[in-house]
Amino acid sequence: MLHHRLPTEADRSVASEFTPSQSPAAIDLSVRGLTKRFGSMEILRDVSFSVAKGSVVALIGANGAGKSTLLRCCLRLSEPDAGSVEILGTQLNGLNHSGLAKTRSKVGFVFQKHNLCGRLSALSNVVHGVQSRSHGPLSWYQVLAPRAVREEAMEMLQCVGLAHRATSRADQLSGGQSQRVAIARALMQRPQIIFADEPVASLDPTAGEEVMALLISLARERGVTVVFTTHNLRHALDYAERIIGLRAGSIAMDDRASCYSVEKLRAFYA
Amino acid sequence: MREPVSERLQAPSRFGRTSPLQFTLLVAVGATLIFSFYDSGFSAWRFVEGMPNIWRLLTEMFPPDFSRISAVVAQLIETFQMAFVGTFVGVLLSLPIAVLATRTHSPSRIVYYLTRTVVSFFRTIPDLVWALIFVVAVGLGPFAGTLAIIVDTIGFCGRFFAEAMEEVDEGPQEALRALGASRLDIVGSAVLPAAMPSMIATSLFSLEKATRSSVVLGIVGAGGIGVELEVAMNLFNYQQALTIILAIFLLVLIVEQIGGRIRNRIIAGT
Repeated sequence: MLHHRLPTEADRSVASEFTPSQSPAAIDLSVRGLTKRFGSMEILRDVSFSVAKGSVVALIGANGAGKSTLLRCCLRLSEPDAGSVEILGTQLNGLNHSGLAKTRSKVGFVFQKHNLCGRLSALSNVVHGVQSRSHGPLSWYQVLAPRAVREEAMEMLQCVGLAHRATSRADQLSGGQSQRVAIARALMQRPQIIFADEPVASLDPTAGEEVMALLISLARERGVTVVFTTHNLRHALDYAERIIGLRAGSIAMDDRASCYSVEKLRAFYA
Repeated sequence: MREPVSERLQAPSRFGRTSPLQFTLLVAVGATLIFSFYDSGFSAWRFVEGMPNIWRLLTEMFPPDFSRISAVVAQLIETFQMAFVGTFVGVLLSLPIAVLATRTHSPSRIVYYLTRTVVSFFRTIPDLVWALIFVVAVGLGPFAGTLAIIVDTIGFCGRFFAEAMEEVDEGPQEALRALGASRLDIVGSAVLPAAMPSMIATSLFSLEKATRSSVVLGIVGAGGIGVELEVAMNLFNYQQALTIILAIFLLVLIVEQIGGRIRNRIIAGT
């Protein structure tokens, strides 16, 4: 059974408690002066913002505004050209490979295209989440995984309503199911932050609504901070407490979601 | 009424202009080909003149002599066993070598170039030369042939496994990198499963190739049925030679047929 819900008034009240000037101790993500160029094209220009612990932030902006690049730079999946990123109190600049892996292990990343290993089962894909804390062949395939890991992975699949598809190959799942498996893999990491890069862009509206509601409700249950990019303005308003708008690589708006309406956000794209 | 030719849309010329460099290269290739024909003694007339000899050989071969069929079958089994063991061990050794020979997963540029060079070296030296070397090293018999097949298989599979690994979808690898997986975890969890169909197909090709090779290796004393064929030909016992050729044909045909069926099944299942 799916354990998800649509946003309630309680969520709205959580949103209204958000204040951009929270104490530094409660900041999960801090980005300062981030700049990224591809050749001569500047994709991100001096981007700075902080995200409070446990909050849900939506990043919006037209295609090419730099949303995905910003998320990738926050985990150094793309190397920024300038600026700094601090995640959960750790400065990412200058971290070596193992230090970077350690920080990344605390951050779940849900990709637009799910990025599952298609030839492996849904369960094996969720087991991969344990690679954030233990390495080696026992974390590669569900058949090799220790009992505790398999049981935890099954629990995660249960959370996303796919325990009955545990042995199905990932490439035989629908788009919505694949994305739910990807969410289960992220949860298997026991993350403190989740980055979701247009998590429902490749899904039909119904599946998209389900997946988005599921992601946010599971994150809230666990007190996980979420930063997601979206083109769906309704999702930004319904699920986020704060909306950051990017235009041509710079932050052009940043405020509580309650300050905006669909019309206002649409005007931002104009 | 049709428009006059001058007013109709003109198609571009069929061939681009040949640059002076291209023209020079074409002339050089043409000249090399002519000299090669001359120096290799290529003569259609001599081939026609030799046809009666081929006919005489064929008539002397019939009917095939099955008097030593049990010895021939025993040698044929040994031939296949050499190919099977050689391919099995070669494929196993090729796996780690191929990982080191990929641009994306090799720990360093030096290791990458070194491994590529070794694999190329293994591939460019003909298996018959390897067999000669191993006959000197370990003595006459099938073990020398098996070692030659192992080296030849590494040269073949090492390259194609590496290429298969480099071609797999980057998405799942990035997802694992984002959650803090190690380089080995990424290879084991995402790269190997995705490259597996291609690697199995390559291994089956390798087994077919090894079966054909192992027939010839006997000629230099490296075990297998080749030695039987050589003896029969040297003693002008063409009827026995035909029996051996038919047995070789049957073995290669069976291996190719089984290999082809497995390969098609894997491709269909992908």
